[in-house]
Amino acid sequence: MIHDQADYAREDGVHEPLLSEKGETTVDVRESSPLPDDLTRESLTLPAPAEPAIARHYTRLSQMNWAIDSGPYPLGSCTMKYNPKFTEDVAADPNAAIHPDRSTRSEQGNLELQYRLQEYLGRIGGMDAVTLQPPAGAAGEFTGIAVAKAYHDHNGNDRSEVVIPASAHGTNFATAALAGYDVVELPSGDDGRVDVEALEAAVGDDTAALMLTNPNTVGLFERDIADIADIVHDAGGLLYYDGANLNALLGRGRPGDMGFDVMHYNVHKTFATPHGGGGPGAGPVGVVDELTEFLPAPRVREAEEGSGYERFEPEHTIGKVHGFTGNWLVLVKTYAYVARLGDAGLADAAAKAVLNANYLAERIDLDVPYGPFHHEFAATAGDRDAADVAKRMLDFGVHPPTTKWPEMVPEAMLTEPTEIEGQSSLDDLAEAFNLAYADTDEALDAAPNRTAASRIDQVDAARNPRLSWQALDES
Amino acid sequence: MSGVDGTPYAPHTDAETAAMLAELGVDDEEALFDIPDAVAFDGEFGIEPRSEREIREECSRIFARNDDLVEFLGRGHYGHYVPSVVDHLADRAEFLTSYTQYQPEVSQGFLQALFEYQSMLVELTGLPVANCSMYDAATALGEAATLADRVRSTTGDTVLVPEQLREGKRAVLENYCAGAGLTIEPYPMADGNADVDALADRAGDDVVMVYAENPTVRGCIEERLAAIGEVAADADALFTLGSDPVSLAVLQEPASVGADVVVGEAGALGLPTAYGMGLGLFACSDAFLRQVPGRLVGAAEDASGDRAFTLTLQTREQHIRKERATSNICTNQAWVALRAAIHAATLGPDGLVDLANDCVTEAAALAARLDAIDGAVAPVHDRHHVREFVVHVDQPAAAIASDLESEGFAVHTVDEHLLQVCVTDLNAGQTDGFVAAFEEVI
Repeated sequence: MIHDQADYAREDGVHEPLLSEKGETTVDVRESSPLPDDLTRESLTLPAPAEPAIARHYTRLSQMNWAIDSGPYPLGSCTMKYNPKFTEDVAADPNAAIHPDRSTRSEQGNLELQYRLQEYLGRIGGMDAVTLQPPAGAAGEFTGIAVAKAYHDHNGNDRSEVVIPASAHGTNFATAALAGYDVVELPSGDDGRVDVEALEAAVGDDTAALMLTNPNTVGLFERDIADIADIVHDAGGLLYYDGANLNALLGRGRPGDMGFDVMHYNVHKTFATPHGGGGPGAGPVGVVDELTEFLPAPRVREAEEGSGYERFEPEHTIGKVHGFTGNWLVLVKTYAYVARLGDAGLADAAAKAVLNANYLAERIDLDVPYGPFHHEFAATAGDRDAADVAKRMLDFGVHPPTTKWPEMVPEAMLTEPTEIEGQSSLDDLAEAFNLAYADTDEALDAAPNRTAASRIDQVDAARNPRLSWQALDES
Repeated sequence: MSGVDGTPYAPHTDAETAAMLAELGVDDEEALFDIPDAVAFDGEFGIEPRSEREIREECSRIFARNDDLVEFLGRGHYGHYVPSVVDHLADRAEFLTSYTQYQPEVSQGFLQALFEYQSMLVELTGLPVANCSMYDAATALGEAATLADRVRSTTGDTVLVPEQLREGKRAVLENYCAGAGLTIEPYPMADGNADVDALADRAGDDVVMVYAENPTVRGCIEERLAAIGEVAADADALFTLGSDPVSLAVLQEPASVGADVVVGEAGALGLPTAYGMGLGLFACSDAFLRQVPGRLVGAAEDASGDRAFTLTLQTREQHIRKERATSNICTNQAWVALRAAIHAATLGPDGLVDLANDCVTEAAALAARLDAIDGAVAPVHDRHHVREFVVHVDQPAAAIASDLESEGFAVHTVDEHLLQVCVTDLNAGQTDGFVAAFEEVI
């Protein structure tokens, strides 16, 4: 398949003019302001296009943007699923658009939806309690590690380290550091999984937690998870589950049953809320009984005597991780998606996601060094540059996979088609892989050729940062 | 067949599934799972699948349980009218269903939109660097504190914040500060503004950051911002200023009063009232370019020599720098930033300034009307206000708030005898009823 992306190009090397280039207006603020001059700015200069021009501008920009509704978007560990349209309508209910500082009795509807979603997520993850407050996966990690720290502190255990496998998401390392922990990086075993002996050597009295993704970032299930949990628990540490790959487990395995004490859910991955070009997401956190009193405040529970729902503060709460209740609109969409699929649909999503990954891997000419994998696999581009192969794939009507990560696979192409691609779509994807992989060095260097922009010089962009239209005017 | 006993969002026919399984040489999908029996789950979630229509009806019933109130609520989460064009353009699937722009050549549209968002914040703050979003105002403030810790690491570990600060914001800041070993200390306020003399007395070598808000959590405009900036500068501390893009349209430009960092709730534009969901504004001076948290979009050139855009300076970020990253943030609020930018473009500078001016005059007008009621004093603080102000009531404030709610109006209770009232373009048309109810219950 060939894909020519829409492009608007002018002779002066500009694709679509910036809003500022379509005409700016300067307003004399002090002329109109009811405030004394010393409390105001002098003037404000911003674009002032008429609505038709705005509609055209953003429509053109949208046409220069790939999305899951455009075609396959198999970024590994990103779980780019189709985002059901009706969930947008559910979230747009005007009755739900209320202020978070309302009295409890006047916000019963929003409390009820939160309560229901907490219950659903608890069951799906095998967790005893859930907070919906973290506004993204990384915020969920931060919440979970802060909860773990509060738990250890409460028990008089001063622990300074978080153990993280080398193959983990970068957020795990950054989260541990943000929470004030030293990071102990665990090298991967030869089979791509956690090396149990290395783990035994790494954990000890200083271990606050092990952060683990399962299936891991090359799609492998940590078969020794029961032993891993014992090792960490015997050392007095907690087991943290990174929910990025939960889509593979739905209905077949629950972090709570595997010995995990705390986890986050990436609802914008597993539960199909739209990524919106980078966010918003939501990263609810689930915990086992021992940790519930440390969760962020407030939590939502059923009130006594069937009088609806109420907020309450856990006894040893870590406080707050978001100014209010988190990314509300995203949470509503999550509820709608989970309700739509139910038990059978969630299990089927995992089954089809794993089937699709395995089928696609079977159809591509690249080697996949580690298996058996589940919902994603890390192919290797071998002696080709994975980033170049990816750029060439852009010409064939697909988005390429995540490249050059995880590092345990040389020239990795981490691929996660998700359950939403059918057989013919997977065949197209495989063809894109194979054409790009087999193409000449010259073709790879020159790619992409059919996108709105040709190959972008990222090194120069970083060396010479121009981060606003004001900076462009100066240069 | 999918949709009956499976997910409706997988397109496989039974025949296709069978063909794919055959190609893999297995009988069913279960054979592809490598989960040991000891940890496998064979129970049920007990979640009954429902149709689209059933879920819409169900959620509609649930949300109808929220009372129908006219809200005079603010304190960090503001509703302004969001024009229809914002929804229609931002909801285009090419924006809404896209991922982070890791392949910039095929993602120019969103990158340019974020570049434009950053540029609008540069104009509003006067600071040259704005990132393309944090989660909300509270987490942006937390990130500012860790930035201060990185760039002012010489001696201190104290973050000075106004004693009047939204509690939730302070609670979030505490969690960010805990990991960095920072301590939060409140400085006193004098009649709704920072007590600059007390702040100057307190500032010293141990202070890494001074935080102030304009407007404050009680809606007061800070009258001595430049003096606060000088106190911070003299202590070699970072001056972080909290605001929002509507207020910034008319208030003093942060750069002009010495702000090093501006944080705040940019969701005042683009987001309707959304139960506290936000858009974290983060801007700073050039000096901290390589210490900024979050994603930055920069201009670039493509191989044809055309102007293009790309995520840049990514070596600050967690996916490259891991535990040495400037933040752990990955997923942000990009789509909300897109909405804010479209909203700002729709208003233009005239509309934005008008909106901000109305927030000043409507607040003053409503305060004057409440002040005329026996048993109420408004505004309590002798300052200019944006959107909101504090009212002193002789009776217990909570009882008044509760009575007002029975009359169909929601306000904040901030202290035993203090209420807070917020008026924007959304509820300005209902102030007559509100004033009448206020008079009634008092």
